[in-house]
Amino acid sequence: MIAAIKKHWNRTLDARWTLPAGLAVGMVLAFAIPHFGLLNNYVQLVLIYVGINIILATSLNLVNGYMGEFSLAHAGFMAVGAYSSALLTMKVLPVAAYPALFHLAILAGGLITALLGLLVALPSFKVRGDYLAIVTLAFLMIVKSALENIDAIGGPRGISGIPRLTTLPWVFCWTTALVWLIRNFVYSCYGRGVLAIREDEIASELMSVNTRRVKVLAFMLSAFCAGIAGALFAHLLQFISPRVFDVVKTTEILIMVYLGGIASIGGSILGATLYTVMLELLRPSTVAGLLSWLPAVVFDPLDHYFIRHLGVLRMIIMPLALVLVMLFWPRGILGLREFRGFIPQRDRRSHGTAPLRRTNTHAAADSL
Amino acid sequence: MTQPGIYWLQQILNALQLGSIYALIALGYSMVYGILTMINFAHGDVFMVGAFLCFLAATVLKLPFVLTLLLTMSAAAGLGVLIERLAYKPLRHAPRVSAIITALGVGLFLENLTLAFYPYPQHVPPLLHNVTWRLGGVAFSSLQLIVISLSLTLMLVLDYVVRRTSVGVAMRAISWDKTFVPLMGVPVNLIISITFAIGAGLAGAAGTMYSLAYPVIDPYMGIMVGWKAFIAAVVGGIGTIRGAVIGAFILGGVEIMVVALLPSTYRDLVVFSLLLTLIVIRPHGILGAPRVQKV
Amino acid sequence: MPLLTASKLRHSFGGLCALADFNLELHQGDLMGIIGPNGAGKTTVFNLITGVYRATEGSIRYRGAELVGLTPHQITARRIARTFQNIRLFRDLSVLDNIRIAHYSQTRYSPFEALLHLGRYRREEQRIIDHSRSLLALFKLEALAGETARNLPYGSQRRLEIARALAIGPELLLLDEPAAGMNPAEIDQLMELICKIRGQFELTVLLIEHQMKLVMGICERIKVLDFGETLAEGTPEAIQNDPWVMKAYLGEGAVE
Repeated sequence: MIAAIKKHWNRTLDARWTLPAGLAVGMVLAFAIPHFGLLNNYVQLVLIYVGINIILATSLNLVNGYMGEFSLAHAGFMAVGAYSSALLTMKVLPVAAYPALFHLAILAGGLITALLGLLVALPSFKVRGDYLAIVTLAFLMIVKSALENIDAIGGPRGISGIPRLTTLPWVFCWTTALVWLIRNFVYSCYGRGVLAIREDEIASELMSVNTRRVKVLAFMLSAFCAGIAGALFAHLLQFISPRVFDVVKTTEILIMVYLGGIASIGGSILGATLYTVMLELLRPSTVAGLLSWLPAVVFDPLDHYFIRHLGVLRMIIMPLALVLVMLFWPRGILGLREFRGFIPQRDRRSHGTAPLRRTNTHAAADSL
Repeated sequence: MTQPGIYWLQQILNALQLGSIYALIALGYSMVYGILTMINFAHGDVFMVGAFLCFLAATVLKLPFVLTLLLTMSAAAGLGVLIERLAYKPLRHAPRVSAIITALGVGLFLENLTLAFYPYPQHVPPLLHNVTWRLGGVAFSSLQLIVISLSLTLMLVLDYVVRRTSVGVAMRAISWDKTFVPLMGVPVNLIISITFAIGAGLAGAAGTMYSLAYPVIDPYMGIMVGWKAFIAAVVGGIGTIRGAVIGAFILGGVEIMVVALLPSTYRDLVVFSLLLTLIVIRPHGILGAPRVQKV
Repeated sequence: MPLLTASKLRHSFGGLCALADFNLELHQGDLMGIIGPNGAGKTTVFNLITGVYRATEGSIRYRGAELVGLTPHQITARRIARTFQNIRLFRDLSVLDNIRIAHYSQTRYSPFEALLHLGRYRREEQRIIDHSRSLLALFKLEALAGETARNLPYGSQRRLEIARALAIGPELLLLDEPAAGMNPAEIDQLMELICKIRGQFELTVLLIEHQMKLVMGICERIKVLDFGETLAEGTPEAIQNDPWVMKAYLGEGAVE
C-alpha cells in the first residue's frame, strides 16, 4: 500500500508539469495574500523572512555543503548587498518615480557582492578546511569593521529610512529565481566539479576539473545570492547597521544549513523554514495566543514562569535543540539527499547525482 | 629617558598585558585542536563566563583576589569538562561538521544565558589596589605587572606539565595518533577531559585578568576576544603551545600599535587584515608544520 | 618525433632524493612498463609528469612543449590522464558521476548557459551522459551506473578508475598499479582490457606494476627503477635475463 503511494507520488513528481504548476500556485498565493489581506501582516512578515532565509541558506549550502568548505563570511556578503542596494535606492536611483528600479538596485547589490565573492575565493586556492574557515571569518570581521569606519555610509550608526520596497510577491519571485539558479548550477558540469572538489581536490584536478575556476564560480554565485538576500532584508527592515551583520548572523545561517541538511537544496529550504518559524513560534505573544484556551489556573502560572520569559528563553532553547538535532542527524535532516522534484529529469532517469544509498557513515563529506 | 621612549615603553607594557590575556585564551584553542583537530567554538564564551564569574565573586561573594582567581579557574575548568562530556564526546566519531555546529550552539547558549541574567554591560569593581610607580619617567602599574606575571607563570606551569609530566606526554601522544595510543594503556577520554579542563581553566583565568585590566564586561565579549585569540593561535601555528603564545603576543603588540598610531575605530580592521594576510602567506602558522598529502 | 621525453629528470623531497637522472622516451602507440621495488620512485615519475610535483631539475616535453611548471589541470588538458596507486575515486558520488566529472574539460557550455540550462547545455549534458554510458558499457559497469562508488567491489573500482581516466579522451594514459590486489583471473581480464583500449582509443600507455605476469605479458618495453636510479631498460626478455635486475628485484620465481 505504502509502496503504491510512493510510486504514485514519484510519478507525479516526475511529470513535467508538477513543478511549474506548484510554482504557479505559489505565485498566485504570493500576490493574493497581501492584496486581499488573506493572512495578517505578522504572518506575511514571517513568510518574507522565510524567503530571505531560504536564499541565505541555499547559497551558503553551495559552498559549505556541496563544496565541503567551512565559510563564515556569509553575513559579510549579506552586509555588502544590503548597503550597496540601500545606497542605490536612497541616493542614486529615482525609485520613488520608477518602482521597477528597486529590482535593478537589488541586482546591482548582488553583482557587487559577487565581486567580493571573487575576492574570498582567491585564498581558497591555497588554503582549505579549518584555515579557510579562519580566512572567511577574518573577511567577515574586516567587512564589518570597514563599514563601521566609513562615516559617509553612517559608520556604526548605520543607515535608516530605507524605503520599504520588499513585499511578499517580490520575495517569492526572487527566492524562486535564485534557488532555481543554484539548482541549475549544481546539476551542471560546474556543480559536479564542486562535488569533485569536496571529494578529492587533487584527483579532480587530475581529472581535468579546473578547480580554480569552479571555486571562483561557486563563491561568486553564493555571494551574489547572499547579497540579494541582504538587499531584500535592508528594504524590509528599513534600517541596517554593521552590528546586524556579525558572527551571530553568520551562525544563524550556518544553523539553518546544517540543520536542514548539507548538500541538499530541499534541506536548506527545510532548515530555513524550520528555523525561522520556530523562532517566531517561540515568542511570548504567539505561545500565549496558542495556549489561551487553557483554564486560567493552568495558564497563569505557566505564563508567569515560562511564557513571559520566552523572549530570552528561546535563544537558550534554540541552541540546545540544535545540539540535540546534531546528535541524532549529524549531517542535518536531509543531509546529502535531495527532494526528487529538484533533480533534473535526465539525472533522475540515469541515477546521476540522485539520492545515494549509504552503507557506512564515514564519508568524505566528514573530512572537512 | 626621552618622551617618545617613555611612551613606547608604556605601550610595550600595554601590549604585554593584552598579549598575556590573549595567550591564556589561545592556549585553550591550540591544545584542543592539537588533541582532537577540532576548533572549540565555545571557548571564547567560556572566557566570557569566567569574566562574569569574577564579577559575581567580586560583587556578591566579595571574595579576595586570590580566591576569586581560584574560583574562576576551577569553575571554568568544570564548565569546559561539562561541555566536552555532554556535547563533544558523543560526536567524536560523527562528521566534523556536526561537532562544529554543536560547538557554535553551545557558544550561543552560553551567550544568551548570560544575557538573560545581565542584559547590560557590567562594571567589575577593582579586585586589587592599584599602585603606580614611576621609574625613569615610565609609569608602572601594579595591576599590569600582576596580570603579566601571573599569566606568564601559568604559561610556564603549562609548559612544564606538557613537557615533563606523564599527563603532558599522553596529551602529545594522543595528538599524534588516536588509534594505537589507547592500546598502550593511555586513558584517552580522561586525558582529553584534562586537556579541556586545563584549556578552560586558563580561559577562566584570562577572564579574571581581563576584568582586572579592562573592568567593563558584556555577554558578547567572548566573540570578539575569543575569535581574535583563535586567529592568533592559528597565526602562531595551531596545535602548538609555543605557537599559541607567540601568535597571541604578536596580536597584542599589533593591536596596541594600531591604537597608538591610528584612530581607535580602525583597530579591528587593521588587526584582522594583518592576520588575514599572515594566514594566507603562511597557512600553517609560524611554528606549525604543513600537512603533506601523499598522492 | 617522440610523444613524451623526460630528460635528466631529478626530484628531491628536502634532502631525500627520490629520483635521479631519469630519462624516458615514449613514441606514439608504445606500451611501456616501469617496475621496481617499493619506494623506487615510480609513482614520483607519474606525479612529475602530471604536475603534482614540480621537478627539482630536468625537463619533460610532451609533443615538444615543456610540462615542468604547469598545473595538473593544464597538463590534463593536453590529454594526459592517469590512475592512482591507492584508488582515488569520488567515493560518495555515483559511478556515472565519477565518469561525468572527467568530462569537465570537454564540456562546451559556459557558466551562464549552465545557470539558465539554456542553449548548448541540454545537448552537451545528453552527449556527456551518452558517452559516459558507452564507456561504462565497455568496462562492463553499466549496470552499476547509479551505485555509489564506495560500494563497488574492489576490482570494479579499479576498472572504474581506468574508465574515468579514459573519459578525458587522453592520448597518453598513465596506469599506476592497475592490477594491485587482483586475482590471476582478473589480471588476465585486465591484460586483455588494456590491449583492447590501447588499440581502440589509439593510446600510448605507461604503466607501473608489480604483477610480473601483466608486465611481461603486455609491455613492449620495460624500465627498472631502484632507489630512484634507472637500473635497466629494454624488452621483457632482456630484462628477465639482466643479472643486475634479477639480483636487485626479481628474485626467485617471480615470473610465471
